Amino acid sequence: MIDPIKPPRRKNPLVRTRLPTSPPKARSRTSHAFTRAAAEGRFVLQRCGACGTYCYPAREACPSCLSSTLVFVDAPRRGTLHSETTVRVPSDVYFRERAPWRVGLVKMECGPVIVAHLHADCEEGAGVKMSFQLDRSGQAVAFASPEKETPNMADDRQWREMTADPKFRRVLVSNGRSAVGQETVAALKSAGAKTIFVGVAEPWRPFAGEKLLRAQEGIEIVPLDVADEKSVTDLAADIGGKVEILVNTTEYIRSGGLLDRRGTSVARDEIDQAYLGFINLAQAFGPGMRMRGADGVNNSIAWVNVLSVYALVNWPAFGAYSASQAACLSLSHSLRAELRPGGVKVINLFTGPIDVEWFQTLPSPKVAPRVVATAVVSALQNGLEEVYVGDVAEEVRQRLAANPKAVERELGG
Amino acid sequence: MQSSTRTPYEGIVMAAPVTIPYVRYSIESAQWWIGRALGALVAQAGIRSSDIDGLSVSSFTMAPDSAIGLTQHFGLCVRWLDTIPLGGASAVAALRRAARAVQARDVDIVACVAGDTNHVDSFRHTLENFSRFNQDAVYPYGAGGANASFALIARHYMRTYGVKREDIGRIAVAQRANALRNPNALMKAPLTLEQYLSARPISDPIRLFDCVMPCAGAEAFLVMREETAAALKLPAAKLLSTIERHNAFGDDPVQLRGGWAMDTDELYAMAGVNPGHLDFVQTYDDYPVISMMQFEDLGFCKKGEGAEFVRSHDLTIDGNFPHNTSGGQLSVGQAGAGGAYLGMVEALRQVLGTAGLTQVKNASLGLASGFGMINYDRGLASGAAILAGPSR
Repeated sequence: MIDPIKPPRRKNPLVRTRLPTSPPKARSRTSHAFTRAAAEGRFVLQRCGACGTYCYPAREACPSCLSSTLVFVDAPRRGTLHSETTVRVPSDVYFRERAPWRVGLVKMECGPVIVAHLHADCEEGAGVKMSFQLDRSGQAVAFASPEKETPNMADDRQWREMTADPKFRRVLVSNGRSAVGQETVAALKSAGAKTIFVGVAEPWRPFAGEKLLRAQEGIEIVPLDVADEKSVTDLAADIGGKVEILVNTTEYIRSGGLLDRRGTSVARDEIDQAYLGFINLAQAFGPGMRMRGADGVNNSIAWVNVLSVYALVNWPAFGAYSASQAACLSLSHSLRAELRPGGVKVINLFTGPIDVEWFQTLPSPKVAPRVVATAVVSALQNGLEEVYVGDVAEEVRQRLAANPKAVERELGG
Repeated sequence: MQSSTRTPYEGIVMAAPVTIPYVRYSIESAQWWIGRALGALVAQAGIRSSDIDGLSVSSFTMAPDSAIGLTQHFGLCVRWLDTIPLGGASAVAALRRAARAVQARDVDIVACVAGDTNHVDSFRHTLENFSRFNQDAVYPYGAGGANASFALIARHYMRTYGVKREDIGRIAVAQRANALRNPNALMKAPLTLEQYLSARPISDPIRLFDCVMPCAGAEAFLVMREETAAALKLPAAKLLSTIERHNAFGDDPVQLRGGWAMDTDELYAMAGVNPGHLDFVQTYDDYPVISMMQFEDLGFCKKGEGAEFVRSHDLTIDGNFPHNTSGGQLSVGQAGAGGAYLGMVEALRQVLGTAGLTQVKNASLGLASGFGMINYDRGLASGAAILAGPSR
């Protein structure tokens, strides 16, 4: 059983900040199928198309029949912990700083034996549930959890290294005026975030939901106009060292593609808000977050982007908006690589149209802002990297995997 | 399909056991160590380097070289060449391959050599880059290296057969006693069972004296036909039998036995001896629990009776089951791939009667085994050889 983690004490400014280090990150190219699965919270193993054998680690031919038709498929997660050890003298700096570290051999019911990180409540001889998680190097690792929920399960020290739980952490939500922003604040609050800074542009202008935000302890409204570089750097100068999770909920949705608009003024606003706003936030907050990646229980841990699923494929009805989202998606991959030395995750949520005024004319299904907020918290708690929110987003994901050209034609009407 | 029965190794001998004394850290290269060993081979055998027409090399740290680079490096013109990257099974494999080559007269004199350097950072690099499976699916899990992998095997083995650390400790303690008689052993202080049990924990249940100390060093021997040795007036030991097996028992969820168990009947049958006839045994002791596993798999006792076997035998040089008489890797040090050769070279000395202070009285028949390459969750390579001295 795990003792609940204690709220971190106020940081001693005289003590040197421990710098982040990475666990071993070298992997074979084939093995990155697990990275993909871990990013989406799926558990996959290779299975032979000819004889049905499951195998692990990643191989290039079936160890039972040498068939080359090994396919990564969603696999049963159940296994039994056969043997465990507590590594007390690791040869790598990351683990040396975190020793003792517990690992074990899990025999999967579907066949393979997996070397896995162990949740503290896993017991030798007992059943475990296996998942792939992204570790602090951003690579997939197998993680064995007890089959049944145990007290304070999420507070497990090794599990917390794989995840970005908001508990006791301080969060900046970039846009408090939007419904998604406000729901995200509420969800983070109930997930145990210590402080939530809520960015509001031109805070003297009243907005719906303002009263509720201001009334709650642990929520601080801060002036933030992401499109304004000075506004962002001013805020970072004030709270930059206290932001452990940044949720970029910047929202600027306008309909139209190219030919039914005149000039570039709307497109420029879209770019200013979504793309340049992202750059401003990243440049102001990114370096500090990367630096504090190993700074105790409330180390900086994650950057979340709420993006449209049309970042992945252009929807001409909102063509210019789709392009601004695609630009943000591309930028997020750069940010992910740049934050990786700090062990800070970049999580992208892809949503279908959200139920907000700018999508007023669209038929359902639309995603309720609260569903987006729940997905943000769940992605943090489970350490995911790619999340598809709502039925539309999930459908686009599947259709893109099946035939991207078909999606392009069909979205084009 | 039935496996065929092997042709005996008739008329094949080993000679010129060479050890270049180990050091904990060396600023020299692996090539430096291998060169010293080749020089010692030639000097000891009283031959010229041009007489060597076959070369077999094992080393973890000679990158980017392989054996071919070493031929030019050391001015050897050979007609048979091998690089054997089998870790702890390298010596048995080198011996087997060289034996067949000289038997077929593809070559007359093969120099088998293993050498590694140990820079301050060498060992970590070896761990990080050990194998693809290790890189993908082991090293990122606590980076415990071989210690963690063997801890998982040891714990499961101990639980399955009711083995206690006290039992395994007897092996380590006896080897230390042997090592105190070996001037080349890096460990110079006696070791008690109490010290073994209370040593610093490394990766449960592995503690400090379960682990070998990485070091630099080299080992070597020559393989030739009996008539070649006679012409050179070289004292030589006969190769009676050897076995080699890789990736055995892949369906065992956790390793409880090594590949020896598949082939020991044939090993003893070809040699025409049984385990009780052997004057000494040199097992591959990267961890003493693996030596215990070998006592079972090599037929000295039944599976699961290793602990009882150890309790009822004296494993020291003068005991009733002389084992790892040089002190083994646990007490001499593990010079990379040289660790595979340590037992083989000591076995050769023992049957030639030239082991000096570690000599087992009247030893003329002995066994050396190898084990290596924990590629993922288990050691894959295993092998063994039975040698007989000139008196037999």
